Amino acid sequence: RGVAAPPPARTMIPTRVTHNPIIGPGVVPMGVDPAYDAQYAKHGAPTRHVASHGNGRPFVVEPATPNTNTQMPYVTGTTVLGMKYKGGVMIACDTLASYGSTKRYKSIDRVKVVNSTTIIGFTGELSDFDYTMTLLNELSTTDFCEDDGKELSPMEIHSYLTRVMYNRRNKFDPLWNSLVVAGVKNGRIFLGMVGMIGQHYEDSHIAAGFGNHVARPLFREKHSDDMSEEDARTLMESCLKACVMRDKSMMNKFQIAKVEEGKAPEISEPFSVATEWNLRSYHNPTEFAPGCW
Amino acid sequence: TPLRSTCAQGYVAYTRASLQMETFDEPPKTGTTIVACVYDGGVVLGADTRVSTGIYVSNRASDKMTVLADSTVMCRSGSAADTEAVAKIVRYHVEQIGMERDSPLDVKTVAQISNQINYQNKSANHGAGLGAYMIIGGWDSNKGSQVYSCTAGGNMISTRWTTDGSGSTYIWGFMDDGFRENMTREECEAFVTAAITLAMSTDSSSGGCVRLNTVNAEGIHRKFVKPGELSPAYGELAMTARHGHVGASGGMVL
Repeated sequence: RGVAAPPPARTMIPTRVTHNPIIGPGVVPMGVDPAYDAQYAKHGAPTRHVASHGNGRPFVVEPATPNTNTQMPYVTGTTVLGMKYKGGVMIACDTLASYGSTKRYKSIDRVKVVNSTTIIGFTGELSDFDYTMTLLNELSTTDFCEDDGKELSPMEIHSYLTRVMYNRRNKFDPLWNSLVVAGVKNGRIFLGMVGMIGQHYEDSHIAAGFGNHVARPLFREKHSDDMSEEDARTLMESCLKACVMRDKSMMNKFQIAKVEEGKAPEISEPFSVATEWNLRSYHNPTEFAPGCW
Repeated sequence: TPLRSTCAQGYVAYTRASLQMETFDEPPKTGTTIVACVYDGGVVLGADTRVSTGIYVSNRASDKMTVLADSTVMCRSGSAADTEAVAKIVRYHVEQIGMERDSPLDVKTVAQISNQINYQNKSANHGAGLGAYMIIGGWDSNKGSQVYSCTAGGNMISTRWTTDGSGSTYIWGFMDDGFRENMTREECEAFVTAAITLAMSTDSSSGGCVRLNTVNAEGIHRKFVKPGELSPAYGELAMTARHGHVGASGGMVL
Protein backbone atom coordinates (compact mmCIF):
# COMPACT_ATOMS: atom_id res chain seq x y z
CA ARG A 1 0.00 0.00 0.00
CA GLY A 2 1.52 3.30 -1.05
CA VAL A 3 4.51 1.47 -2.45
CA ALA A 4 4.87 1.52 -6.22
CA ALA A 5 4.58 -1.87 -7.83
CA PRO A 6 7.88 -3.29 -9.02
CA PRO A 7 8.63 -2.42 -12.61
CA PRO A 8 7.85 -5.18 -15.09
CA ALA A 9 10.83 -7.28 -16.08
CA ARG A 10 12.44 -5.93 -19.21
CA THR A 11 12.29 -8.53 -21.90
CA MET A 12 15.44 -9.47 -23.68
CA ILE A 13 13.64 -10.45 -26.83
CA PRO A 14 13.80 -7.59 -29.30
CA THR A 15 10.37 -6.15 -29.90
CA ARG A 16 9.05 -4.53 -32.95
CA VAL A 17 7.95 -0.94 -32.54
CA THR A 18 5.80 0.97 -34.93
CA HIS A 19 7.71 3.21 -37.21
CA ASN A 20 6.56 6.76 -37.68
CA PRO A 21 7.94 8.16 -40.94
CA ILE A 22 7.99 11.69 -39.58
CA ILE A 23 9.76 11.34 -36.28
CA GLY A 24 11.05 7.86 -36.18
CA PRO A 25 10.51 4.56 -34.44
CA GLY A 26 9.16 4.05 -30.98
CA VAL A 27 8.15 7.67 -30.52
CA VAL A 28 4.50 8.51 -30.05
CA PRO A 29 3.36 11.82 -31.54
CA MET A 30 1.11 13.93 -29.33
CA GLY A 31 -2.59 13.52 -29.79
CA VAL A 32 -2.39 10.03 -31.12
CA ASP A 33 -2.86 8.11 -27.88
CA PRO A 34 -4.75 10.00 -25.13
CA ALA A 35 -3.90 7.47 -22.42
CA TYR A 36 -0.23 7.89 -23.24
CA ASP A 37 -0.43 11.68 -23.28
CA ALA A 38 -2.28 11.77 -19.97
CA GLN A 39 0.71 10.64 -17.99
CA TYR A 40 2.56 13.76 -18.98
CA ALA A 41 -0.32 16.11 -18.16
CA LYS A 42 1.12 17.09 -14.80
CA HIS A 43 4.59 17.80 -16.19
CA GLY A 44 6.07 15.57 -13.57
CA ALA A 45 7.85 12.28 -13.96
CA PRO A 46 5.33 9.42 -14.13
CA THR A 47 5.80 6.75 -11.52
CA ARG A 48 4.43 4.06 -13.72
CA HIS A 49 5.00 4.29 -17.40
CA VAL A 50 2.09 3.58 -19.68
CA ALA A 51 3.05 2.02 -22.94
CA SER A 52 1.20 3.34 -25.92
CA HIS A 53 -0.99 0.66 -27.37
CA GLY A 54 -0.64 0.01 -31.05
CA ASN A 55 1.68 2.96 -31.58
CA GLY A 56 4.90 1.50 -30.41
CA ARG A 57 6.70 1.91 -27.14
CA PRO A 58 9.39 4.39 -26.27
CA PHE A 59 12.89 3.16 -25.65
CA VAL A 60 13.02 3.97 -21.95
CA VAL A 61 11.41 1.28 -19.85
CA GLU A 62 10.87 2.81 -16.43
CA PRO A 63 11.96 6.13 -15.02
CA ALA A 64 12.06 4.48 -11.61
CA THR A 65 15.12 2.59 -12.68
CA PRO A 66 17.30 5.28 -14.17
CA ASN A 67 18.56 4.37 -17.56
CA THR A 68 22.22 4.75 -18.39
CA ASN A 69 22.21 3.42 -21.85
CA THR A 70 24.71 5.88 -23.17
CA GLN A 71 27.11 3.45 -24.64
CA MET A 72 30.64 3.15 -25.76
CA PRO A 73 31.21 2.39 -29.41
CA TYR A 74 32.80 -0.90 -30.42
CA VAL A 75 33.26 -1.07 -34.18
CA THR A 76 33.70 2.39 -35.59
CA GLY A 77 34.19 4.17 -38.86
CA THR A 78 36.24 7.30 -39.11
CA THR A 79 35.70 10.46 -41.10
CA VAL A 80 33.31 11.12 -43.98
CA LEU A 81 33.75 14.04 -46.36
CA GLY A 82 31.12 15.57 -48.60
CA MET A 83 30.98 18.43 -51.06
CA LYS A 84 28.70 19.89 -53.67
CA TYR A 85 29.81 20.55 -57.19
CA LYS A 86 28.20 21.76 -60.38
CA GLY A 87 25.17 19.57 -60.89
CA GLY A 88 25.71 17.15 -58.06
CA VAL A 89 27.16 16.22 -54.73
CA MET A 90 29.79 13.69 -53.69
CA ILE A 91 30.69 11.88 -50.49
CA ALA A 92 34.00 10.17 -49.78
CA CYS A 93 35.17 7.91 -47.00
CA ASP A 94 37.55 5.04 -46.41
CA THR A 95 36.45 1.42 -46.13
CA LEU A 96 37.81 0.68 -42.68
CA ALA A 97 35.89 -0.26 -39.53
CA SER A 98 38.11 -0.18 -36.47
CA TYR A 99 37.69 -2.27 -33.34
CA GLY A 100 39.22 0.04 -30.81
CA SER A 101 42.73 0.59 -31.99
CA THR A 102 42.68 -2.52 -34.17
CA LYS A 103 42.06 -1.99 -37.86
CA ARG A 104 39.77 -4.93 -38.08
CA TYR A 105 37.42 -4.82 -41.07
CA LYS A 106 38.94 -3.40 -44.20
CA SER A 107 36.18 -3.68 -46.79
CA ILE A 108 33.19 -2.02 -45.19
CA ASP A 109 30.82 0.15 -47.19
CA ARG A 110 30.53 3.28 -45.13
CA VAL A 111 28.53 5.12 -47.74
CA LYS A 112 25.24 3.62 -48.88
CA VAL A 113 22.47 4.39 -51.31
CA VAL A 114 19.15 5.21 -49.66
CA ASN A 115 16.93 5.68 -52.69
CA SER A 116 17.29 6.96 -56.23
CA THR A 117 18.09 10.50 -55.11
CA THR A 118 19.97 10.12 -51.83
CA ILE A 119 23.16 8.70 -50.39
CA ILE A 120 24.29 8.56 -46.78
CA GLY A 121 27.64 8.07 -45.07
CA PHE A 122 28.45 7.52 -41.44
CA THR A 123 31.10 7.89 -38.83
CA GLY A 124 30.92 6.15 -35.46
CA GLU A 125 29.41 2.84 -34.45
CA LEU A 126 28.77 0.46 -37.34
CA SER A 127 25.87 -1.40 -35.73
CA ASP A 128 23.96 1.82 -35.11
CA PHE A 129 24.38 2.75 -38.76
CA ASP A 130 23.12 -0.66 -39.84
CA TYR A 131 20.10 -0.04 -37.65
CA THR A 132 19.59 3.38 -39.25
CA MET A 133 19.76 1.76 -42.68
CA THR A 134 17.07 -0.68 -41.54
CA LEU A 135 14.84 2.26 -40.66
CA LEU A 136 15.53 3.96 -43.98
CA ASN A 137 14.88 0.74 -45.87
CA GLU A 138 11.54 0.44 -44.11
CA LEU A 139 10.64 3.92 -45.24
CA SER A 140 11.71 3.15 -48.80
CA THR A 141 9.66 -0.04 -48.75
CA THR A 142 6.61 1.87 -47.58
CA ASP A 143 7.16 4.34 -50.40
CA PHE A 144 7.40 1.49 -52.88
CA CYS A 145 4.22 -0.11 -51.62
CA GLU A 146 2.29 3.11 -51.93
CA ASP A 147 3.22 3.00 -55.59
CA ASP A 148 2.56 6.65 -56.30
CA GLY A 149 5.89 7.36 -57.91
CA LYS A 150 6.95 9.53 -54.97
CA GLU A 151 10.04 8.92 -52.91
CA LEU A 152 11.49 10.66 -49.91
CA SER A 153 13.70 13.56 -50.87
CA PRO A 154 17.16 14.08 -49.37
CA MET A 155 15.84 16.93 -47.24
CA GLU A 156 13.07 14.76 -45.85
CA ILE A 157 15.48 12.00 -45.03
CA HIS A 158 17.78 14.47 -43.30
CA SER A 159 14.89 15.86 -41.31
CA TYR A 160 13.68 12.40 -40.36
CA LEU A 161 17.13 11.33 -39.22
CA THR A 162 17.46 14.49 -37.15
CA ARG A 163 14.29 13.53 -35.30
CA VAL A 164 15.47 9.97 -34.81
CA MET A 165 18.87 11.03 -33.44
CA TYR A 166 17.44 13.70 -31.22
CA ASN A 167 14.75 11.48 -29.78
CA ARG A 168 17.26 8.76 -29.04
CA ARG A 169 19.51 11.31 -27.36
CA ASN A 170 16.60 12.40 -25.19
CA LYS A 171 16.20 8.83 -24.02
CA PHE A 172 19.90 8.71 -23.10
CA ASP A 173 20.28 5.98 -25.68
CA PRO A 174 21.99 7.64 -28.62
CA LEU A 175 22.81 6.20 -31.97
CA TRP A 176 26.53 6.71 -31.87
CA ASN A 177 26.90 8.16 -35.36
CA SER A 178 27.43 11.30 -37.31
CA LEU A 179 25.57 10.90 -40.58
CA VAL A 180 26.23 12.76 -43.80
CA VAL A 181 23.18 12.91 -46.07
CA ALA A 182 23.52 14.00 -49.67
CA GLY A 183 21.31 14.03 -52.72
CA VAL A 184 19.79 15.88 -55.64
CA LYS A 185 16.08 16.19 -56.30
CA ASN A 186 14.16 18.59 -58.49
CA GLY A 187 17.24 20.67 -59.07
CA ARG A 188 17.88 21.16 -55.36
CA ILE A 189 21.31 19.86 -54.39
CA PHE A 190 21.35 18.88 -50.75
CA LEU A 191 24.23 18.13 -48.39
CA GLY A 192 23.72 17.95 -44.66
CA MET A 193 24.92 16.34 -41.47
CA VAL A 194 23.19 14.93 -38.38
CA GLY A 195 25.16 14.22 -35.22
CA MET A 196 24.54 11.84 -32.37
CA ILE A 197 22.90 14.43 -30.17
CA GLY A 198 20.63 15.65 -32.91
CA GLN A 199 22.75 18.59 -34.02
CA HIS A 200 22.25 19.10 -37.71
CA TYR A 201 23.13 21.53 -40.44
CA GLU A 202 23.48 21.93 -44.18
CA ASP A 203 26.43 23.34 -46.02
CA SER A 204 28.27 23.30 -49.34
CA HIS A 205 30.92 21.06 -47.88
CA ILE A 206 30.59 18.79 -44.89
CA ALA A 207 32.84 16.57 -42.86
CA ALA A 208 32.02 14.20 -40.03
CA GLY A 209 34.73 13.26 -37.57
CA PHE A 210 38.40 14.02 -38.03
CA GLY A 211 37.83 15.53 -41.47
CA ASN A 212 36.39 18.57 -39.73
CA HIS A 213 39.88 19.49 -38.62
CA VAL A 214 41.88 18.51 -41.65
CA ALA A 215 39.64 18.58 -44.68
CA ARG A 216 37.26 21.47 -44.09
CA PRO A 217 39.99 24.15 -44.06
CA LEU A 218 41.11 22.76 -47.42
CA PHE A 219 37.53 22.88 -48.65
CA ARG A 220 37.19 26.47 -47.54
CA GLU A 221 40.28 27.40 -49.55
CA LYS A 222 39.38 25.73 -52.79
CA HIS A 223 35.74 24.79 -52.91
CA SER A 224 33.08 26.54 -54.91
CA ASP A 225 29.57 25.35 -55.65
CA ASP A 226 30.09 25.41 -59.40
CA MET A 227 33.29 23.40 -59.52
CA SER A 228 33.45 20.87 -62.29
CA GLU A 229 33.23 17.26 -61.27
CA GLU A 230 36.86 16.72 -62.18
CA ASP A 231 38.05 19.58 -59.98
CA ALA A 232 35.82 18.44 -57.19
CA ARG A 233 37.20 14.95 -57.47
CA THR A 234 40.77 16.24 -57.37
CA LEU A 235 40.03 18.38 -54.32
CA MET A 236 38.36 15.44 -52.63
CA GLU A 237 41.34 13.19 -53.27
CA SER A 238 43.68 15.84 -51.89
CA CYS A 239 41.64 16.01 -48.73
CA LEU A 240 41.55 12.24 -48.41
CA LYS A 241 45.32 12.20 -48.81
CA ALA A 242 45.71 14.82 -46.10
CA CYS A 243 43.36 12.93 -43.79
CA VAL A 244 44.90 9.49 -44.24
CA MET A 245 48.37 10.73 -43.42
CA ARG A 246 47.23 12.28 -40.15
CA ASP A 247 44.34 10.14 -38.93
CA LYS A 248 45.55 6.97 -37.32
CA SER A 249 42.26 5.12 -37.67
CA MET A 250 42.05 5.57 -41.40
CA MET A 251 43.33 3.40 -44.21
CA ASN A 252 44.37 4.21 -47.75
CA LYS A 253 41.38 2.67 -49.46
CA PHE A 254 38.47 4.92 -50.36
CA GLN A 255 35.13 5.02 -52.04
CA ILE A 256 33.54 8.09 -53.54
CA ALA A 257 29.80 8.21 -54.05
CA LYS A 258 28.09 10.83 -56.13
CA VAL A 259 24.54 11.86 -57.01
CA GLU A 260 23.50 13.98 -59.96
CA GLU A 261 20.10 15.13 -61.11
CA GLY A 262 18.23 12.44 -62.93
CA LYS A 263 20.94 9.82 -62.60
CA ALA A 264 21.12 6.91 -60.19
CA PRO A 265 23.59 7.36 -57.34
CA GLU A 266 26.99 5.78 -58.05
CA ILE A 267 29.47 4.40 -55.58
CA SER A 268 32.94 3.90 -56.98
CA GLU A 269 35.16 0.87 -56.65
CA PRO A 270 37.72 1.18 -53.87
CA PHE A 271 40.84 3.12 -54.80
CA SER A 272 43.93 4.45 -53.04
CA VAL A 273 45.70 7.78 -53.22
CA ALA A 274 49.40 8.43 -53.54
CA THR A 275 50.79 9.79 -50.28
CA GLU A 276 54.05 11.63 -50.02
CA TRP A 277 56.90 10.24 -47.92
CA ASN A 278 60.05 11.19 -49.76
CA LEU A 279 60.73 14.46 -47.98
CA ARG A 280 64.42 14.95 -47.35
CA SER A 281 64.00 15.51 -43.64
CA TYR A 282 62.22 12.21 -43.30
CA HIS A 283 65.25 10.12 -44.20
CA ASN A 284 67.33 10.96 -41.16
CA PRO A 285 65.26 13.06 -38.77
CA THR A 286 67.41 12.49 -35.69
CA GLU A 287 70.73 13.07 -37.41
CA PHE A 288 71.64 16.06 -35.25
CA ALA A 289 69.72 15.02 -32.16
CA PRO A 290 70.35 11.38 -31.34
CA GLY A 291 67.80 10.09 -28.89
CA CYS A 292 65.06 12.23 -30.34
CA TRP A 293 62.23 10.70 -32.29
CA THR B 1 36.33 10.52 -16.22
CA PRO B 2 39.63 12.33 -15.65
CA LEU B 3 41.72 12.92 -18.69
CA ARG B 4 45.18 11.50 -18.18
CA SER B 5 47.93 13.16 -20.12
CA THR B 6 48.89 11.40 -23.30
CA CYS B 7 52.45 10.36 -23.77
CA ALA B 8 53.41 11.46 -27.23
CA GLN B 9 54.30 7.97 -28.34
CA GLY B 10 50.69 7.04 -28.40
CA TYR B 11 49.39 5.78 -25.07
CA VAL B 12 45.91 7.17 -25.11
CA ALA B 13 43.60 8.30 -22.35
CA TYR B 14 39.99 7.14 -22.39
CA THR B 15 37.23 9.71 -22.22
CA ARG B 16 33.53 9.46 -22.82
CA ALA B 17 33.75 11.32 -26.08
CA SER B 18 36.77 9.45 -27.30
CA LEU B 19 36.39 6.55 -29.65
CA GLN B 20 39.51 4.84 -28.29
CA MET B 21 39.24 1.58 -26.41
CA GLU B 22 42.30 1.63 -24.14
CA THR B 23 41.49 2.02 -20.48
CA PHE B 24 43.51 3.00 -17.44
CA ASP B 25 43.86 -0.56 -16.25
CA GLU B 26 45.82 -1.79 -19.21
CA PRO B 27 49.59 -1.62 -19.18
CA PRO B 28 50.87 1.33 -21.19
CA LYS B 29 51.42 -0.34 -24.51
CA THR B 30 52.62 2.36 -26.74
CA GLY B 31 51.71 3.26 -30.27
CA THR B 32 54.50 1.55 -32.10
CA THR B 33 55.82 -1.67 -33.53
CA ILE B 34 59.46 -2.56 -33.02
CA VAL B 35 61.13 -5.76 -34.15
CA ALA B 36 64.61 -7.23 -33.97
CA CYS B 37 65.88 -10.47 -35.46
CA VAL B 38 69.30 -12.11 -35.80
CA TYR B 39 70.63 -13.52 -39.02
CA ASP B 40 73.84 -15.17 -40.11
CA GLY B 41 76.38 -12.42 -39.48
CA GLY B 42 74.31 -9.65 -37.95
CA VAL B 43 71.04 -8.30 -36.63
CA VAL B 44 68.18 -6.51 -38.32
CA LEU B 45 66.22 -4.06 -36.20
CA GLY B 46 63.06 -2.45 -37.50
CA ALA B 47 60.39 -0.01 -36.41
CA ASP B 48 57.40 1.82 -37.82
CA THR B 49 57.38 5.62 -37.93
CA ARG B 50 54.08 6.69 -36.42
CA VAL B 51 53.74 8.81 -33.30
CA SER B 52 50.19 9.69 -32.35
CA THR B 53 48.44 11.88 -29.79
CA GLY B 54 44.86 10.72 -29.52
CA ILE B 55 43.64 10.12 -33.03
CA TYR B 56 46.07 12.58 -34.60
CA VAL B 57 49.34 11.41 -36.04
CA SER B 58 51.70 14.01 -34.69
CA ASN B 59 54.80 12.60 -36.37
CA ARG B 60 54.40 10.31 -39.38
CA ALA B 61 58.11 9.80 -40.04
CA SER B 62 59.72 9.48 -36.65
CA ASP B 63 62.87 7.50 -35.97
CA LYS B 64 62.34 5.12 -33.09
CA MET B 65 65.76 3.58 -33.18
CA THR B 66 68.74 5.11 -31.44
CA VAL B 67 72.36 4.25 -31.93
CA LEU B 68 73.97 3.47 -28.58
CA ALA B 69 77.39 2.37 -29.76
CA ASP B 70 79.15 1.62 -33.03
CA SER B 71 77.71 -1.85 -33.09
CA THR B 72 74.57 -1.57 -30.98
CA VAL B 73 71.17 -0.07 -31.73
CA MET B 74 68.21 0.37 -29.42
CA CYS B 75 64.57 0.23 -30.52
CA ARG B 76 62.36 2.26 -28.25
CA SER B 77 58.78 1.81 -27.13
CA GLY B 78 56.92 2.82 -24.02
CA SER B 79 57.43 6.23 -22.53
CA ALA B 80 59.24 8.39 -25.04
CA ALA B 81 60.78 10.49 -22.30
CA ASP B 82 62.04 7.51 -20.33
CA THR B 83 63.61 5.78 -23.31
CA GLU B 84 65.24 9.01 -24.40
CA ALA B 85 66.70 9.52 -20.95
CA VAL B 86 67.94 5.94 -20.76
CA ALA B 87 69.54 6.20 -24.19
CA LYS B 88 71.28 9.41 -23.21
CA ILE B 89 72.73 7.90 -20.06
CA VAL B 90 73.75 4.71 -21.83
CA ARG B 91 75.56 6.64 -24.55
CA TYR B 92 77.43 8.56 -21.88
CA HIS B 93 78.54 5.37 -20.16
CA VAL B 94 79.45 3.76 -23.45
CA GLU B 95 81.74 6.65 -24.27
CA GLN B 96 83.38 6.64 -20.84
CA ILE B 97 83.95 2.92 -20.66
CA GLY B 98 85.04 2.83 -24.27
CA MET B 99 87.74 5.34 -23.53
CA GLU B 100 88.92 3.46 -20.46
CA ARG B 101 89.02 0.13 -22.21
CA ASP B 102 90.23 1.54 -25.48
CA SER B 103 88.03 -0.88 -27.38
CA PRO B 104 84.39 -0.90 -28.40
CA LEU B 105 81.91 -2.34 -25.96
CA ASP B 106 80.20 -5.65 -26.44
CA VAL B 107 76.51 -5.61 -27.21
CA LYS B 108 75.76 -7.41 -23.98
CA THR B 109 77.61 -4.80 -21.96
CA VAL B 110 75.60 -2.01 -23.52
CA ALA B 111 72.40 -3.94 -22.92
CA GLN B 112 73.38 -4.52 -19.31
CA ILE B 113 73.87 -0.80 -18.75
CA SER B 114 70.41 -0.06 -20.11
CA ASN B 115 68.93 -2.85 -18.08
CA GLN B 116 70.53 -1.70 -14.87
CA ILE B 117 69.10 1.76 -15.35
CA ASN B 118 65.65 0.20 -15.67
CA TYR B 119 66.19 -2.09 -12.71
CA GLN B 120 67.69 0.42 -10.32
CA ASN B 121 64.94 2.94 -10.92
CA LYS B 122 61.97 0.84 -9.95
CA SER B 123 60.88 3.52 -7.50
CA ALA B 124 60.52 6.15 -10.21
CA ASN B 125 57.05 7.36 -11.16
CA HIS B 126 55.61 6.52 -7.73
CA GLY B 127 56.68 2.92 -7.90
CA ALA B 128 55.65 2.33 -11.47
CA GLY B 129 59.25 2.44 -12.58
CA LEU B 130 60.59 3.72 -15.83
CA GLY B 131 58.18 2.85 -18.62
CA ALA B 132 61.01 1.96 -20.94
CA TYR B 133 60.42 -1.05 -23.17
CA MET B 134 63.51 -1.43 -25.28
CA ILE B 135 65.00 -3.89 -27.71
CA ILE B 136 68.76 -3.77 -27.98
CA GLY B 137 70.49 -5.53 -30.81
CA GLY B 138 73.92 -5.61 -32.33
CA TRP B 139 76.88 -7.56 -33.53
CA ASP B 140 80.28 -8.04 -31.89
CA SER B 141 83.20 -10.38 -32.46
CA ASN B 142 82.73 -11.96 -29.05
CA LYS B 143 79.21 -13.37 -29.28
CA GLY B 144 78.21 -12.51 -32.82
CA SER B 145 74.67 -11.31 -33.45
CA GLN B 146 72.57 -10.72 -30.37
CA VAL B 147 69.13 -9.40 -29.49
CA TYR B 148 68.20 -8.42 -25.95
CA SER B 149 64.68 -7.64 -24.84
CA CYS B 150 65.02 -5.08 -22.06
CA THR B 151 61.56 -4.50 -20.73
CA ALA B 152 60.50 -2.09 -18.03
CA GLY B 153 61.20 -3.33 -14.54
CA GLY B 154 64.70 -4.43 -15.37
CA ASN B 155 64.29 -7.68 -17.27
CA MET B 156 66.94 -8.44 -19.81
CA ILE B 157 66.39 -11.54 -21.86
CA SER B 158 68.51 -12.69 -24.74
CA THR B 159 66.50 -14.04 -27.64
CA ARG B 160 66.97 -14.74 -31.33
CA TRP B 161 64.18 -12.35 -32.25
CA THR B 162 61.64 -10.24 -30.43
CA THR B 163 59.00 -7.58 -30.91
CA ASP B 164 57.40 -4.94 -28.71
CA GLY B 165 54.94 -2.07 -28.79
CA SER B 166 51.21 -2.06 -29.40
CA GLY B 167 51.56 -3.54 -32.88
CA SER B 168 53.59 -6.47 -31.63
CA THR B 169 50.45 -8.25 -30.43
CA TYR B 170 49.45 -8.88 -34.02
CA ILE B 171 52.72 -10.44 -35.20
CA TRP B 172 53.87 -12.81 -32.50
CA GLY B 173 52.34 -15.70 -34.40
CA PHE B 174 53.71 -14.54 -37.71
CA MET B 175 57.22 -14.25 -36.35
CA ASP B 176 57.03 -17.53 -34.44
CA ASP B 177 56.11 -19.20 -37.68
CA GLY B 178 58.50 -17.38 -39.98
CA PHE B 179 61.75 -17.27 -38.05
CA ARG B 180 64.57 -19.54 -39.19
CA GLU B 181 68.15 -19.79 -38.00
CA ASN B 182 70.94 -18.58 -40.26
CA MET B 183 68.90 -16.46 -42.60
CA THR B 184 70.77 -14.27 -45.02
CA ARG B 185 70.73 -10.52 -44.61
CA GLU B 186 68.18 -10.06 -47.41
CA GLU B 187 65.88 -12.74 -46.01
CA CYS B 188 66.04 -11.24 -42.56
CA GLU B 189 65.35 -7.71 -43.77
CA ALA B 190 62.41 -9.01 -45.79
CA PHE B 191 61.14 -10.91 -42.75
CA VAL B 192 61.35 -7.91 -40.45
CA THR B 193 59.77 -5.64 -43.07
CA ALA B 194 56.94 -8.11 -43.61
CA ALA B 195 56.32 -8.36 -39.87
CA ILE B 196 56.17 -4.61 -39.41
CA THR B 197 53.97 -4.21 -42.48
CA LEU B 198 51.52 -6.72 -41.04
CA ALA B 199 51.51 -4.98 -37.70
CA MET B 200 50.95 -1.59 -39.34
CA SER B 201 48.04 -2.94 -41.34
CA THR B 202 46.17 -4.03 -38.21
CA ASP B 203 47.31 -1.66 -35.50
CA SER B 204 46.09 1.88 -35.98
CA SER B 205 48.76 3.18 -33.59
CA SER B 206 51.49 1.91 -35.93
CA GLY B 207 51.94 3.11 -39.45
CA GLY B 208 53.87 5.19 -41.92
CA CYS B 209 57.17 3.89 -43.18
CA VAL B 210 59.45 1.10 -42.04
CA ARG B 211 62.90 1.97 -40.82
CA LEU B 212 65.52 -0.76 -40.74
CA ASN B 213 68.90 -0.76 -39.07
CA THR B 214 71.11 -3.69 -40.02
CA VAL B 215 74.13 -4.20 -37.78
CA ASN B 216 76.96 -6.42 -38.88
CA ALA B 217 80.75 -6.49 -38.79
CA GLU B 218 80.91 -3.52 -41.14
CA GLY B 219 78.77 -1.36 -38.92
CA ILE B 220 75.23 0.00 -38.98
CA HIS B 221 73.35 0.30 -42.26
CA ARG B 222 70.15 2.32 -42.35
CA LYS B 223 67.22 1.83 -44.65
CA PHE B 224 64.02 3.79 -45.07
CA VAL B 225 61.19 1.83 -46.69
CA LYS B 226 58.28 3.98 -47.82
CA PRO B 227 54.68 2.67 -47.92
CA GLY B 228 54.66 2.53 -51.72
CA GLU B 229 57.41 -0.10 -51.52
CA LEU B 230 55.53 -2.32 -49.08
CA SER B 231 53.18 -4.95 -50.39
CA PRO B 232 49.56 -4.46 -49.31
CA ALA B 233 48.09 -6.76 -46.70
CA TYR B 234 44.80 -8.58 -47.07
CA GLY B 235 41.97 -6.13 -47.62
CA GLU B 236 44.31 -3.29 -48.54
CA LEU B 237 45.22 -1.79 -51.89
CA ALA B 238 48.63 -1.12 -53.35
CA MET B 239 49.26 2.53 -52.78
CA THR B 240 49.93 3.67 -56.29
CA ALA B 241 46.60 2.53 -57.71
CA ARG B 242 44.43 5.50 -58.61
CA HIS B 243 40.84 5.16 -59.62
CA GLY B 244 39.25 7.23 -62.29
CA HIS B 245 40.97 10.33 -63.55
CA VAL B 246 44.14 11.76 -62.16
CA GLY B 247 44.08 15.47 -61.49
CA ALA B 248 46.77 17.42 -63.29
CA SER B 249 48.24 18.43 -59.97
CA GLY B 250 48.89 14.79 -59.14
CA GLY B 251 46.41 14.94 -56.32
CA MET B 252 47.62 17.84 -54.24
CA VAL B 253 45.88 21.07 -55.17
CA LEU B 254 47.33 23.29 -52.52
